[in-house]
Amino acid sequence: MNFFTKIYYQYQRIIKALTLYFILAGPGIIVMVADNDAGGITTYAATGAKYGYDMIWFLLLLLPVAYFVQEMTVRLGAVTKHGHAEAIFSAFGPFWGWFSLLDLTLVNWLTLVTEFIGMTAALSIFGLPPYLTVIGVILLMGVIVFNGSYWTWEKIAMLFCFLNLIYIPAAFMVHPSIPAVLSQGIIPHFPGGMNNDLFFFMMANIGTTIAPWMLFFQQSSVVDKGMREKDIFWGKLDTLIGAVFTIVVAIFIVIVTGTLLKGVEIESASQAAQVLMQKDKYVGTFLAIGLFNAGFLGAVCISLASSWAFGEVFGWAHSLNTKIKEAPWFYAFYFLILISAGIVVLIPGAPLVLITLFVQVVAVTLLPAALVFLILLLNDERIMGEYRNGLMLNIINWTIVIVIIILSTLYGLSALFPEFFKG
Amino acid sequence: MRKLFTALFDKIGEINRKYATPTIRMSPMTRVALLALRFYLIFLVLLLLYKFVTLLKG
Repeated sequence: MNFFTKIYYQYQRIIKALTLYFILAGPGIIVMVADNDAGGITTYAATGAKYGYDMIWFLLLLLPVAYFVQEMTVRLGAVTKHGHAEAIFSAFGPFWGWFSLLDLTLVNWLTLVTEFIGMTAALSIFGLPPYLTVIGVILLMGVIVFNGSYWTWEKIAMLFCFLNLIYIPAAFMVHPSIPAVLSQGIIPHFPGGMNNDLFFFMMANIGTTIAPWMLFFQQSSVVDKGMREKDIFWGKLDTLIGAVFTIVVAIFIVIVTGTLLKGVEIESASQAAQVLMQKDKYVGTFLAIGLFNAGFLGAVCISLASSWAFGEVFGWAHSLNTKIKEAPWFYAFYFLILISAGIVVLIPGAPLVLITLFVQVVAVTLLPAALVFLILLLNDERIMGEYRNGLMLNIINWTIVIVIIILSTLYGLSALFPEFFKG
Repeated sequence: MRKLFTALFDKIGEINRKYATPTIRMSPMTRVALLALRFYLIFLVLLLLYKFVTLLKG
């Protein structure tokens, strides 16, 4: 009897823990999956096409990088109840505050344009004209956001996250050699030796793993969700699951293109989908659907990150739990950046390639600052109390931050001065 | 339009006053990190200017 009582007790505990997790899950998974945006899918597809399975080990290394950076935003949001923009204004004053806010707005808007480029390219494979894609996306985003409930928005966004798993069946459909994936992919090595090309791909993969908007988005999301100190464990677990999710998806994209497109020069994910269509109709279709989904999820999160940041600083009502009448500026700003980015893609002859390159350069001006502010805030005992970084976390986080700053700076410079990085 | 801009500048002034005093503890690590950030950004701005000038000349 005692034995069965114990089993029943354990069962109840697990059910309770799972229920609590599903209530608190969201920001971590959404931010991590949205990180596999249109630009991310292009980077992974190009990496697979260039190096086959040889760079899978490097993607695995990015898992702890993504986790350790993003979990800091969970703690900061849950303890201060402020978004990242407001936290920077409050802690570092107006100079750094305005710099971060305006830089974030610019880089987010440029990234939004790239998401629209990805979405229109993906649906044009199915014959849908770009203007219909742009209108459809904006309407769909309106429907998702205007329901006046953070919880509903989050669960809809999580449905789109699960659509990101489409690359997993696609990878199995191309029948990769599992022994080859394991033997070539898991053991760290530099295919063809360390050269400029490989270094560029490594920088690009890091650049897509941590983006400035992710810090702002997750912290604001944690605040809007109403997470408190006691929820930090679940927020961290959510972030870890999201990091695993995003790296697994990245690996499966590499497997798809590494199996079917090895040796093919890939410049965009839509080009990869088109080439794949000729080899396997269904796999190509899956890649195109995945690209649209990635761009859509990225656009949802990026536009929200900007609106939350402005709302926090300007003191507007800025919660998804509010209706349009209660938070008109928040929603107006959200749609202003969304619609303007969508229109740019429709302008004939718009410098879209230049914009894509410019994103990398502008991101480099914001990412180091946002990361340094984050780590400094996490070390302030008056702000964080018992949740501040310990010695081990500081060693890990400073190492990660310094490596990210160096590599993302080199990545940005490679966009600015490509001639310096050609081997 | 004029009212809108006046309201906007008033709001910016209000934000500047609200956050005028940084709340972070200015430890040596914080000072060094902020100084390094300033140098880093100046370096980037100079590089961007150099690129802009070479583009204009080219």
